[in-house]
Amino acid sequence: MKTLIVSLKIFLFFTVLTGIVYPLLVTGIAHVAFPAKANGSLILRDNKIIGSELIGQQFDSTIYFTSRPSAVSYNPLPSGGSNYGLTNIKLKNLVSERRHQFIAFNQLDSLTEIPSEMLFASASGLDPHISPKAALLQLERVVKTRHFDESKKQQLLNSINELSEPPQLSLLGEHRINVLLLNLKLDEIK
Amino acid sequence: MTSQDFIQILLFFALLIGLTPAIGNYMSKVFLGQKHFMLPVFGWLEELTYKFIGVNPEEETNWKLYTFSLLQFNLIGFVFVFLIQLFQGYLPLNPANLPNVSWHSAFNTAVSFVTNTNWQGYSGETTLSYFVQMMGLTVQNFVSAATGIAVLIALIKGLSRKTTDQLGNFWADITRSTLYVLLPLSIIFAVVLVGQGVVQNFKTYETVQTLQGATQVIPMGPAASQIAIKQIGTNGGGFFNANSAHPFENPTPISNFLEMLFILLIPAALTYTYGKMVGSTRQGWTIFTAMMILLIIGLSISLYAEYSTNPIFGNLHLMEGKETRFGITNSVLWSTATSAASNGSVNAMHDSLSALSGMVAMINLMLGEIIFGGVGAGLYGIVIFIILTVFIAGLMVGRTPEYLGKKIQKFEVQMAMIAVLAPNIVILLFAAWASVTASGLSSLNNAGPHGLSEILYAYASAAGNNGSAFAGLNANTVFYNLTIGIGMLIGRFGIIIPVMAIAGSMAQKKITPTSAGTFHTDNWLFIGLLIGVILIVGGLTHFPALALGPIAEHLLMKNGITF
Repeated sequence: MKTLIVSLKIFLFFTVLTGIVYPLLVTGIAHVAFPAKANGSLILRDNKIIGSELIGQQFDSTIYFTSRPSAVSYNPLPSGGSNYGLTNIKLKNLVSERRHQFIAFNQLDSLTEIPSEMLFASASGLDPHISPKAALLQLERVVKTRHFDESKKQQLLNSINELSEPPQLSLLGEHRINVLLLNLKLDEIK
Repeated sequence: MTSQDFIQILLFFALLIGLTPAIGNYMSKVFLGQKHFMLPVFGWLEELTYKFIGVNPEEETNWKLYTFSLLQFNLIGFVFVFLIQLFQGYLPLNPANLPNVSWHSAFNTAVSFVTNTNWQGYSGETTLSYFVQMMGLTVQNFVSAATGIAVLIALIKGLSRKTTDQLGNFWADITRSTLYVLLPLSIIFAVVLVGQGVVQNFKTYETVQTLQGATQVIPMGPAASQIAIKQIGTNGGGFFNANSAHPFENPTPISNFLEMLFILLIPAALTYTYGKMVGSTRQGWTIFTAMMILLIIGLSISLYAEYSTNPIFGNLHLMEGKETRFGITNSVLWSTATSAASNGSVNAMHDSLSALSGMVAMINLMLGEIIFGGVGAGLYGIVIFIILTVFIAGLMVGRTPEYLGKKIQKFEVQMAMIAVLAPNIVILLFAAWASVTASGLSSLNNAGPHGLSEILYAYASAAGNNGSAFAGLNANTVFYNLTIGIGMLIGRFGIIIPVMAIAGSMAQKKITPTSAGTFHTDNWLFIGLLIGVILIVGGLTHFPALALGPIAEHLLMKNGITF
């Protein structure tokens, strides 16, 4: 009986400490130190929230750079991947479809090597990045549909270079570019 | 692979090896009751805890009372987490207006978080309110980890003391591990994670108009505080469904590197603590080395498999279920670490790993979660294998087996065998059951041998208290929620109880001084024997099932066959 009371009391104590005090303390520090990030790295345009820098969006229009394939169509409720194994015929068919689609959509030579992240769906379904190479392969198509002249094309190319992120600390992770930020920049080129 | 890939891996292991003695030494001070630098910070909180619960921390108990306290404390945690899910619709902090959770999912999740498994049949962002995530799950992230450490500390006392039945005070052990180890690290790490972009707020989900004019609802929540302890305490249960693949849960390569380091840090450091507390750091490093060798063998096979070409996809990088910012190397390093350490968080979908990579993760689970393993759990798990190893070595040379000067006798070997058999029975029997019944098979996401792998992985994950999944399997059904729930209970307490019995029995023995005839357990020969026993036990038990699952899949894939 005594251990039951002790158990209950210590459970209550830890619930208050680690279930209330700890998350609130972290929230407090976070909102002083990194308020924008703690609130989801949201992006404002014309005073309206148009998304989060970290959460990818579906882009299938010809005037935007397209993002990676997503098993959840960039609907975050809930996030997730396809969970197809490599011997799943559906995956094999999807990859070949996506290859043809990417080539046709961007009017590329049929032998072009397509970066693999554009053929495979991401783990979260919300991957905000593609490789800079995948962005460059879409450049001509975007320039064409937006009727950009040479100087605007140069501006766009500069934006791709600016937004391309190298591995962090030149060591960790991969080269990548945030598709939403790139498309926002693209809209600014007038 | 590029040189940058290798440098990342080397840096990872260098930091892990470097931090092991530092953190390990600190933890030994905490558990030996010596002075350490956190005492002035949280000492008052420790005293407040004892005052509030009315316990004298110096008052020690025998193994039975220690175990009874542990079970009772865990039972209360289970009931609480179960109930708040059943009634979350009526509880506060539920801005997304999520309904009450079904009884079988609530049962599974409550067992899962109490047993430090953190298997998730549900999706966090569409199932659980902030109230349940914080007050239920975050709390269990702490106390289930503390429970694992407490069992280890009791076992160490059993091994290092002589002719006593006192194994310490359960309440003091969980209080110290929470206040001096888990909580300070979590506070710092959670803030660092927010600095990288992990969300930490209590807002309602954000509904936005995307650039293309579609509507997107972005989930929010107190994520960073839960993610920090989820990595540190080898819990692994994600705040969001995609776990650490979700950009809000693991936004950058730096957050990824740190989260990955924390998967292994405490389990690795505890080997040093162990050495320090049994009076010979060599004993600790021996265990560390055996674990490290097994980890690196697995990692090498996994990297080789992921970077190999195959007839189905040619030389394409296998990016299915992986994130651009992490790439292949960081995904494979994570999958190996998380399966070895009984953490179970993922930054890539294991279901989409190549057959051999998936198999390495599966073997890490099947070997009993002793390659670093869960906090505390990995180490008390490998002590079971050490007992078997000295027993087998003793049989070979015809001497009474000894470990750390203590005779290993019938009772210890019996208990060790129960602890080895319990999780393996769960894996084989439940997986066999699921693979021949409609309720088991209807949840599959993949056909062919990969389907069997999904089932095998699920029960291996449950029995090893790991929690990662071949997530294509729809486990949120009555059948899987119940069988996996029971599997997790057996995998946890089916080991803890025999380990505590061993601790109790060892504490009563005398310590034989080292002599010329002593079989040494701190050299390369022993490392080799230990690895041999681990692989033979695991191999004999699981090779047939693995041959039908991942091995068959690998051979078929090499011939370009799909299902």
